[in-house]
Amino acid sequence: MSSETKIEYSKKELPTSFGKAGYTLFAVGLVLVIISFLVDPVRSSFNNLIMLMFLSSIGVGSLFLVAIEYLAGAVWSVPFRRIPEFLGAIIFILPVIAIPVYFNMHDMFHWTHTEDVLSDEILSGKVGYLNIPFFTIRVVAIFLVWMLFYFLLTKRSRLQDQTGDQKLTTSNIKISAIFMPFFAITITIASVDWIMSLEPHWFSTIFGIYYFSGTVLAAIAVVTFLVVYLTEKGLFIKGIKTDHYYSLGALMFGFVNFWAYIAFSQFLLIYYANIPEETYWYLNRWEGGWIVVSILLIVVHFVVPYFGLVSQPSKTNPKRLKFMAIWILVAHIVDLYWLIMPTYSPESIPFSWMELGFPLLTFGIMVIVFGIKAKKENLVPIGDPKLKRGLDFRL
Amino acid sequence: MSEKVLFAITAIFNTPDEIIKAAEKTAENGYKKFDVNTPYPIHGMPNAMKLGRSKLGFAALVFGLSGILAALLMTFWMSAIDYPIIIGGKPYFAFPKYVPIIFEVTVLAASIGTVVTMLFFFFKFPNNSHPLHDSDYMKKVSTEKYGIYIQADDVLFNAEEIKKFLNELGAAEVGEIYWDDDEVSTSPKILEPKFLGFLAVTAIIISGTTYFGLNKLMFMVPFNWMMEQDKALPQETSNIFADGFAMRMPVEGTISRGTIPYPYYGKPELAEKLMINPLDYSEENLALGKKKYDVFCSPCHGYFGEGDSKLRGQYPNPPSIHSEKVRLWSDGRIYHVIAEGQNVMPSYSTQMTREEKWATILYIRALQRALNAKESDL
Repeated sequence: MSSETKIEYSKKELPTSFGKAGYTLFAVGLVLVIISFLVDPVRSSFNNLIMLMFLSSIGVGSLFLVAIEYLAGAVWSVPFRRIPEFLGAIIFILPVIAIPVYFNMHDMFHWTHTEDVLSDEILSGKVGYLNIPFFTIRVVAIFLVWMLFYFLLTKRSRLQDQTGDQKLTTSNIKISAIFMPFFAITITIASVDWIMSLEPHWFSTIFGIYYFSGTVLAAIAVVTFLVVYLTEKGLFIKGIKTDHYYSLGALMFGFVNFWAYIAFSQFLLIYYANIPEETYWYLNRWEGGWIVVSILLIVVHFVVPYFGLVSQPSKTNPKRLKFMAIWILVAHIVDLYWLIMPTYSPESIPFSWMELGFPLLTFGIMVIVFGIKAKKENLVPIGDPKLKRGLDFRL
Repeated sequence: MSEKVLFAITAIFNTPDEIIKAAEKTAENGYKKFDVNTPYPIHGMPNAMKLGRSKLGFAALVFGLSGILAALLMTFWMSAIDYPIIIGGKPYFAFPKYVPIIFEVTVLAASIGTVVTMLFFFFKFPNNSHPLHDSDYMKKVSTEKYGIYIQADDVLFNAEEIKKFLNELGAAEVGEIYWDDDEVSTSPKILEPKFLGFLAVTAIIISGTTYFGLNKLMFMVPFNWMMEQDKALPQETSNIFADGFAMRMPVEGTISRGTIPYPYYGKPELAEKLMINPLDYSEENLALGKKKYDVFCSPCHGYFGEGDSKLRGQYPNPPSIHSEKVRLWSDGRIYHVIAEGQNVMPSYSTQMTREEKWATILYIRALQRALNAKESDL
């Protein structure tokens, strides 16, 4: 059995349509984004924040997938570990995307209004954490930590393509172990700073995990889509079987449930305790037009993916996997939209061409980053000692 | 002893790769009743054995759905029908707070139901024996070897052919397994006296310990639960305060909720002049007035207000309320008498509320009118 498996991989260029699609999305998105910033800078900043958080999800979530593979000693995901590694490069674009949000902070974050904060008992109690200098330090530190670990993890992986050295895997395991606590802290701080502090009176201690669950789900969805896409186009290493598909589908299904579990936990505690400082956040999303988005979120983010992936054949069906992966990415955007936009417009749902430009740009950036990385590097970690066992993987 | 019945032909292999190949070949040759025993799960085995999809998932689905339904009905019946209590200002049946219960019951029902289904269908519970038990074959495949056996009741079974086939696959050992004599019996195991006895004993032990635990142990000495409490009992000296009382007297001038103090003590003229009966002659008010009159006034004044109660002759005679003096009094003046008392009549301030006093006065007026009706009443 294992003796029969051969590693058959020759590097091929991605089809030109892939790059073209990326640049088209990017160009159309960028034009729309620039126009919307000229028309309504505040609204665009909120949309820009959604884009920032979405790309953070993909970038850091991918890095998390790489690290967790090393830590768990997983074998089945080794053949496509390069895909999250490529997507991790999105981290380097995050500071650029953060700039428009940073310069419009005064219009977005209520706690930046010093005179209001001083007259507000709750906000003045939080002033030690929520102040602009400390916020800036945190943002810069988080970006630096992410970039550092991206650099450390992928450098050795790339080196291994030439040397095939087992020691590189060992040291990557150590780096992953160090990365984990940093990841937990940075992603919590990122979600609390960028999203939760939009409503500075509100607090929820589970919020970091809530964002984390969406993050990992989105990262898995992108990886699944690309694995299926590349395998179908014949660009990927030979030997990706339904067993691999099934595992990816099951992981996606698992995190759909995890997200629902965390989202419901957050809601249930606030609903049950019934404390006005906490409940108003949900009331804002349950009254007026926002109830539509709230119910839509439950359907889009949980009900549809749940029934779409629950059965065994659906987890191995490539068409279904690709569809559900894209669906989950859209659901993650809806999730972030539901988290962020009610602060901009508590009464009605803001939705027009402005809200469409940003997702186009987001997807454009993802495709272009992946395309550039895939041009330069191997799509498969051919030097990894676990690669053969990964291809032998059977359920 | 009768001749032994063959159960299966077994073969033992040394490596997992060999056993997978053996399983594949066996399935390809069309054998259906065969199984593989390995010391640990081997990836890819279900495919090699061409097992197809397990139907056990449907058992899990059915049990899970019944768990959902049972938990929904249970929480709804408990919280909305049997013992409705408002908790945290929420409706009796507030769905979100019962989701965790429904979730847990679903998981519990699905998992236990699936395991029990498996026990009954695949292991033929309560059957507890199998020809493979205590065989050399089983000892080997549960430690370091990989085994396969083909059952004798397979349609294609032919002992010689199978032995040859397994030897060709490279089996390290080929053997035969026979049924034990007592395993051949065909009667359903579920009706065996041994099993029924075991069930009965288990049931008695469980119910007995539960009964003993709940009804006896719980109320034995040191488990006196709520009998001893840190509270002050009536008529007992308390050591909380120096004066031995457990409670404090209210501050002077305290009145109970809803009370409006009567302002005209000792000033009947003011009461006569300033107070007006706020109630109308309605059926309800008169009924209330009659009730209060019968309770508080009739013991002395009599049911019809003529002072003809049992007290007459034993005590200073209670006056009639039909005297001209009383008939000419205003409602306020009568109120004054009820509130303050008069001669030997005590004050009824504490017994009757304002509304009850006014309703009683309406009833007194009706009694007076009954004995001194006007011409227009006829």
